Amino acid sequence: MKRQFDPNDFLTKTAREIPPSGIRKFFDLAAEMEDAISLGVGEPDFVTPWHIRQAGIESLKKGHTYYTSNWGLFELRQEISRYMERKRGVHYDPADEILVTVGGSEALDLAIRALISPGDEVLIPEPCFVCYKPCVTLCGGVPVTIETKMEDQFKLTPELLRKSITPKTKLLVLTYPNNPTGAVMTKGDLERIIPIIEEHNLMVISDEIYGELTYSGEHTSITQFENMRDRTILINGFSKTYAMTGWRLGFTCAHRDIVSVMTKIHQFAIMSSPTTSQYSAIEALKNGDEDVAYMKKEYNYRRRYLVDALNKIGLDCFEPFGAFYVFPSIRSTKMTSVDFCEQLLMREKVAVIPGTAFGECGEGHIRISYAYSLDQLKAALERIEKFINNLSKNGDRG
Amino acid sequence: MEKQILEILAENGRMSAEEIAVMLGASKTEIAEKIAELEKHKVIFGYKALIDWEQVDKENVSSLIELKVTPQMGEGFDQIANRIITEYPEVNSVSLISGGYDILVELEGKSMKEVALFVARKIAPMDCVLSTATHFVLKSYKKDGVVLANKPEDERRVISL
Repeated sequence: MKRQFDPNDFLTKTAREIPPSGIRKFFDLAAEMEDAISLGVGEPDFVTPWHIRQAGIESLKKGHTYYTSNWGLFELRQEISRYMERKRGVHYDPADEILVTVGGSEALDLAIRALISPGDEVLIPEPCFVCYKPCVTLCGGVPVTIETKMEDQFKLTPELLRKSITPKTKLLVLTYPNNPTGAVMTKGDLERIIPIIEEHNLMVISDEIYGELTYSGEHTSITQFENMRDRTILINGFSKTYAMTGWRLGFTCAHRDIVSVMTKIHQFAIMSSPTTSQYSAIEALKNGDEDVAYMKKEYNYRRRYLVDALNKIGLDCFEPFGAFYVFPSIRSTKMTSVDFCEQLLMREKVAVIPGTAFGECGEGHIRISYAYSLDQLKAALERIEKFINNLSKNGDRG
Repeated sequence: MEKQILEILAENGRMSAEEIAVMLGASKTEIAEKIAELEKHKVIFGYKALIDWEQVDKENVSSLIELKVTPQMGEGFDQIANRIITEYPEVNSVSLISGGYDILVELEGKSMKEVALFVARKIAPMDCVLSTATHFVLKSYKKDGVVLANKPEDERRVISL
């Protein structure tokens, strides 16, 4: 007897059971709301600087429309190597220790696929960006979340790290500067966790996509510690640094044995990263420092403005030193993050993201992006203030 | 710090000392003092609104008037420029220019005719003025650092993680 066709019979249990990204309902609500002010975007408001766009256009004019090497254009890998040398003082051989990927996201997926076997435990400090857990799950790995706290400025402390390690722990994912908290790990912070990483012989994936957007001096990469360079898969990209989100280009630097396996997966899944984007990225690395400095300065103005304004209206805000987010506490309103965001959207038409979209321990917080002009931020802040004031008037808060 | 204050004010002259202080991570007093000093030394020599006069008066025109002049003995071009400034306060700017002509006068007028008559009756007859060329602005695309035409919309999704 013929069986009725049901696509669900064919989907794997693992894939089907990956929870949908965060808070679908709220997202749909926000997307439909007309004339809402959004502070909910996770990408720069700047357009890619013109000279970088032009390099892409020129490459098209010249007919550079073919696949590149699986690893990426050699010239681009050389520039990435120079950048790592120049900015971090760490050497990666452009021949076989650098791979150009489709965004930092692909690099992350490759790294996890290259490292994780079923049953391996992966430590993921939360709140954090949403892709790490599903990538681990798809490999049969076990994501183990570490709840970082506002009191610790959402840093990974040695105590938190130590108590999450089991004999099955294989990998630690570090994501600093952090989305959504804006937290950074300083040289001193890293020094305190490195002995534990070594003691337990763990690998590290360090997602430093927001590395250039650090407002308390230069960003420190864990790869800068001599004994950590080979233990770490560094992930970075062009999206946030050069305002190139749509170009989908990232890269990874690691020990050659690891990069070679990641490249094998990349070769079969992707072939090579977009050629036009790679030509633009060469220009970005060669001549983009001033653009980065300009954008960083603007972000910093907005960051300081926002932290001050939020604290003034009674939303406690620890000072975030990286990325372009602030992560204020809304505990004073006694509302859940999702409630707060839904109400704020309905009543004042401002879209911000519930902290729980980034892990359960994000409860009691909201993520506000400052990838917006000061004028937009001011307009939104006025509405948020009104919202908070009305809450206290109506006795909604305790 | 001074340069940053100036950059912020050049972008938006209505920023208060307090707001600038927050943005730069400095104290309000410090910024207020710096601004007062900059004003005193005429580094900041005024605050103005950027106005789209065309919305107020459809016929309003902006013009650029090039002048070729004979520099005066001893005083050079300064005297001519000073005369224009003194006698015709309605002009917006007067600058000495290198290249094909000498002085550039910018003037807003109620109509093309008004500007044309101003040039014909007042500027052209001045002794030292050899010749004039008047250009009318037909459309401003970007003015004082502000893009006026085809402002791009925010194409980003409302929410992204």
